[in-house]
Amino acid sequence: MSWTKKILRVNLTKGTCTSEPLNMDWAYKYIGQRGLATKYLIEEIDPRVDPLSPDNKLIFATGPLTGTAASTSARYSVITKGPLTGAIACSNSGGYFGAELKSAGWDMIILEGKAAGPVYLHIENDQASLLDASPLWGTSTWHTEEWIKNTHQDPMMRVASVGIAAENGVLYSAVVNDLHRAAGRSGVGTVMASKNLKAVCVRGTLGIGVRDPKAFMEAATKAKKVLAENAVTSVGLPTHGTQVLMNVINEVGALPTRNAADVQFEGASDISAEAMREVRRTDGKTNLIANQACFGCTIACGRVSKIDQTHYTIVNKPEYWHASGGLEYEAAWALGAATGVNDLEALTYANFICNEQAIDPITFGATLGAAMELYEDGLITDEETGGVKLNIGSAEALTTMVELTGKAEGFGKVLGLGSKRLCEKYGKPELSMSVKGLEFPAYDPRGIQGIGLNYATSNRGACHVRGYTVASEILGIPEKTDPLVTDGKAGLVKAFQDATAAVDSAGICLFTTFAWSLEDIAPQVDAACDGEWTVETMLEAGERIWNMERQFNLAAGFTGKDDTLPKRLLKDAAKTGPAKGLVSGLDKMLPEYYQVRGWSTDGVPTADTLGRLGL
Amino acid sequence: MQKALAIDAGKCTGCKQCELACSFEHEGIFNVVRSRIRVFIFEEEARFVPYTCTQCDQAWCMQVCPVGAITSDPMSGVKSVNAATCVGCKVCTIACPFGTINYNAGSGKVEKCDLCGGDPACARECPTDAITFIDAGLAGYAKMQDWAARTDTAPQAAS
Repeated sequence: MSWTKKILRVNLTKGTCTSEPLNMDWAYKYIGQRGLATKYLIEEIDPRVDPLSPDNKLIFATGPLTGTAASTSARYSVITKGPLTGAIACSNSGGYFGAELKSAGWDMIILEGKAAGPVYLHIENDQASLLDASPLWGTSTWHTEEWIKNTHQDPMMRVASVGIAAENGVLYSAVVNDLHRAAGRSGVGTVMASKNLKAVCVRGTLGIGVRDPKAFMEAATKAKKVLAENAVTSVGLPTHGTQVLMNVINEVGALPTRNAADVQFEGASDISAEAMREVRRTDGKTNLIANQACFGCTIACGRVSKIDQTHYTIVNKPEYWHASGGLEYEAAWALGAATGVNDLEALTYANFICNEQAIDPITFGATLGAAMELYEDGLITDEETGGVKLNIGSAEALTTMVELTGKAEGFGKVLGLGSKRLCEKYGKPELSMSVKGLEFPAYDPRGIQGIGLNYATSNRGACHVRGYTVASEILGIPEKTDPLVTDGKAGLVKAFQDATAAVDSAGICLFTTFAWSLEDIAPQVDAACDGEWTVETMLEAGERIWNMERQFNLAAGFTGKDDTLPKRLLKDAAKTGPAKGLVSGLDKMLPEYYQVRGWSTDGVPTADTLGRLGL
Repeated sequence: MQKALAIDAGKCTGCKQCELACSFEHEGIFNVVRSRIRVFIFEEEARFVPYTCTQCDQAWCMQVCPVGAITSDPMSGVKSVNAATCVGCKVCTIACPFGTINYNAGSGKVEKCDLCGGDPACARECPTDAITFIDAGLAGYAKMQDWAARTDTAPQAAS
């Protein structure tokens, strides 16, 4: 406890499902979820494997707190070698699927090989089998979930699936569960589809026990009180969602706009949290209709929206008139600011399609932003786009291209490559706003210096949820640092990265850390699990996980040279706002970062560091 | 004073902390399928509705039980199942118009909300006050107050 201590191993080539005991030595070192599954992956695959070959593996993993009464206990992750990046991929999702998997008695599912034809994995507690998914191939995640629930006559079943994009090789396909929660980044869904696996559905009725129930409930209740008394987690996030950031980040001049040509977007307020709550003139309703919690979450930041029925995107499509997942900040930024589009309803529609067809809105939006720049420069022609004018700021270009990418048709196939391959194809690799092949999200490193170092060194490629220094640099959590300076950022980035690895691995949501520190989390893990879990042991596990991921990437062929940022951020100064005149000072931070990490000057963990961490 | 669970679905976010708390209180583990309160999620309308036994005064489940396994506490009004007496015939599950008493194949008995002996765990753990435990006679008070606040008395004053 609170691991189930069981792994489900599914060999898709042979069609077998077998149970095996969890390696508890590894559990004590890597906690669960992100850390523990990465350990399994590294032990079992060749780091140089082609991510889309049957030799790559795909792991669905829960953490020790997943499914318990700890707040935000919904989380599970999908771990594999990512096809977009060739780096370690670990994408985290909420909803209800993860808790259901744990309640069925499994800490993780390891999927290996490749099925001869389309299949889906059906799990009912300890019974698991592969079933024919040919009726589902070529259909969306929304259809897949409905079909599976109807076929098994079980509305309580939880489903995680891939859409048409993944089947057709869009390199940033997600795994979507519960209709609009996604393991979004790095193309984990593309790997799933490459194995001919359309969906995993699960029904769990066994429940989840903890080591010391009384101590656990005390720790969980105390920690929930901390969330309830914190302004961000009790008011800001439930009211506005992560979209609370749109106007804030724009104000501080760190909103990457039009493929990061600018750092402020004049249309930011049109696509902000506040705009989602405004009554529309057209139909007298608001875009946002509710906030929704994931399993066990006492924050409830999730957005649920309805698109304006008179909007051109859906006026003749009643199938999109229902409520579904609304815009989170990263999606609103990518679909809006990165493309220069300020039409909130068009963005919401694009977000619906990203969920329906399971594509990562961050990479899609950033890739479209790059394509728009190439189009305006005359490098992409109307002939290639099928006549669609890809002008910067065109809502019609956004909504047409998201449909085409979701189905991997026409120019959508090219956009499905991601910005790195797209920009290389047109001879302008420097226009891809990516690190290690992964597009960076909604914070510009010229205006928030620490986040640039985090992007450059993040193991899955540029990513905010690997070391969210924005909390400190902009929001003052746990303490305020100056976003415009590089001093002290190396240590700050390391601290955020290590703590985040521990939080992810516990099976809870990173958003708790707007209010919680490991002081609030460790007692919950300790009461739930065997072993000794303190702030120190969790931080050490976090650092161990970070270095393990780094070692995988080095073995996969990455070097310190890949710890960099797009030239635009390093050479072209911010034109407006508080960061006007600044570029990213990555060169000032990176050597110190290697030093505080205990790595060599070219970014390789030293023998001492590996020894200290037991690697 | 009898107390009752007052449910305001408009405040519910679908987090299921009530289900986790209920199953933990009664089973000692976290298992939402064993919860006696359920949150129904209507995705297409984004409605989240907690639902459980209302402890009917003339309880159908109690009236039909052939072995008298369901009894009413005169002070609290709670209808509870005496597991030692219950024979698992399930007639109460047919009689209950609301579906809030259910059979557990594991134990061979029926289960229903017992208000946790006077301190319902669901109400205690609900983070948004969608579920509260209040004077049964005042269950509609908050709604009345809400509607009263919306009543426009100005036209009468003007005329």
